[in-house]
Amino acid sequence: MQVLKRICPIGPVLAAIVLAFGLTVAPAGAQEGPSGSNPTAQSVNEQQLLQELNKIQGRVTIPDARAATLEQPRGRDFREYREGALPWIGGIAVLGIILLLAVFYFIRGRIRMRSPEAGVKVLRFNAVERLTHWVTATAFIVLAITGLNFIFGKRLLMPLIGPDAFSVWSQWSKYAHDFFSWAFILGIVVMTVLWVWDNLPDRYDGHWLRVGGGMFDKSNRTHPPAARFNAGQKLIFWSVIIGGIALTVSGLFLLFPFTYADVNGMQLAQTIHATVGVLMVAVIIAHIYIGTLGMEGAYEAMGSGTVDLNWAKEHHSVWVEKQGAKTEPAPEPSAPRPAE
Amino acid sequence: MARMKFLCDADRCIECNACVTACKNEHDVPWGINRRRVVTINDGKPGERSVTMACMHCTDAPCAAVCPVDCFYTTADAVVLHSKDLCIGCGYCFYACPFGAPQYPRTSNFGSRGKMDKCTFCAGGPEADSTEVEYAKYGANRLAEGKLPLCAEMCSTKSLLAGDGEIIAAIYKERVTQRGYGSGAWGWQTAYRETITV
Repeated sequence: MQVLKRICPIGPVLAAIVLAFGLTVAPAGAQEGPSGSNPTAQSVNEQQLLQELNKIQGRVTIPDARAATLEQPRGRDFREYREGALPWIGGIAVLGIILLLAVFYFIRGRIRMRSPEAGVKVLRFNAVERLTHWVTATAFIVLAITGLNFIFGKRLLMPLIGPDAFSVWSQWSKYAHDFFSWAFILGIVVMTVLWVWDNLPDRYDGHWLRVGGGMFDKSNRTHPPAARFNAGQKLIFWSVIIGGIALTVSGLFLLFPFTYADVNGMQLAQTIHATVGVLMVAVIIAHIYIGTLGMEGAYEAMGSGTVDLNWAKEHHSVWVEKQGAKTEPAPEPSAPRPAE
Repeated sequence: MARMKFLCDADRCIECNACVTACKNEHDVPWGINRRRVVTINDGKPGERSVTMACMHCTDAPCAAVCPVDCFYTTADAVVLHSKDLCIGCGYCFYACPFGAPQYPRTSNFGSRGKMDKCTFCAGGPEADSTEVEYAKYGANRLAEGKLPLCAEMCSTKSLLAGDGEIIAAIYKERVTQRGYGSGAWGWQTAYRETITV
């Protein structure tokens, strides 16, 4: 442009000369063919650009900055993972854990209490703790089902209900996924505050893990000492916290597309979100199993908030002692209580 | 049936954006959506090239593969189209697309981005050909009228070619042989897993 402006005063004359010259030159150039000047010799080259950055970036005259990426073949990798490895990882994780739990159930059976019920209840989780647990749990189940729909829906559900119904269902699952996520995030935050102290490693964890928490002792005689949470519960807690944080961060990237990342960042966020998501589903299935069918008396802890004293002694001996020490002045626990 | 493709001869593109305007006008594309765009690489430097890019209608299209509701389909002309009735606006196709073709009417609102919109190779959508419903959702269906995409038809330097892959490849080959140079068919290797060797 600058050159043109400078030329402008004598523009018409010069233009005529250039045009005339250009017109006489053009056919000659064409006749010369390959031996003539080669404008592509120093021009940008697609293969070279892709090899350097695996991405071709330019400039556009529209406000949408994303449009400036001409090519990003990494989209192929995103696709390879999402359609190749991910369904396998998800399928193996979810079905694998169910299979393992089934095998465990048939070999070990339900973990029952050794001693009969004492008939005395101990408060294990107060109302705030239970509310937090169930809000997070409800949100997680909704998120898990709607999330799995993104991977397996078109493979399993769509053939059954047809594309139109499946699209409506998926649309609503997407909205549900977007909005229930906030309840889950809140739950994770409150849960961390409530339980992080009781989930720090302590001296009982090593022994608990060595004997597998007594879970694999068919005689049911092994009951390693544990404080409020045993090492297994701590593992669940930390998987939920770490997994929850990973899901929250990657999920926020996805909820606000291109606010915090470019297209490759979005691909990474989706990949992490989906992978951590399916693994979390597997972990939580195991958690649900041991909290309901897998162990006698476990559900009550989070259901009613109280557990039988003898259950607590078997599973959380150190915690019971501490609780006992706290409440010892009033020797209430052994007092007869009205029948429930 | 033909195998429809786009080819941008970058040595001819002068970044006039006529293809972009033609597309916008022909299909009444809403504000903020660009089915086609011109990207200039090394702008202002020696060796600068402009390339016009839209959906390349890939062989084994990645967008179709990642779609969680399988809303994409490929026509007999190998044009990749999608159904806006099925689309849930998840945005995965944009992550998978090597060319940044999918567009969304809304950018955020908790990721509810509305129905995806992209270049249709002027071939409309799943609705009946050349109907008002089809026009409102997908734009004009020029292919049904026996015409080629308007962007390429309007191209003043005939840089952008649209049509049967073999024919446009032959035209490009002839050009390169005649003038003695050519920077290649941009995006072909990525989109069609083959390129034009001259």
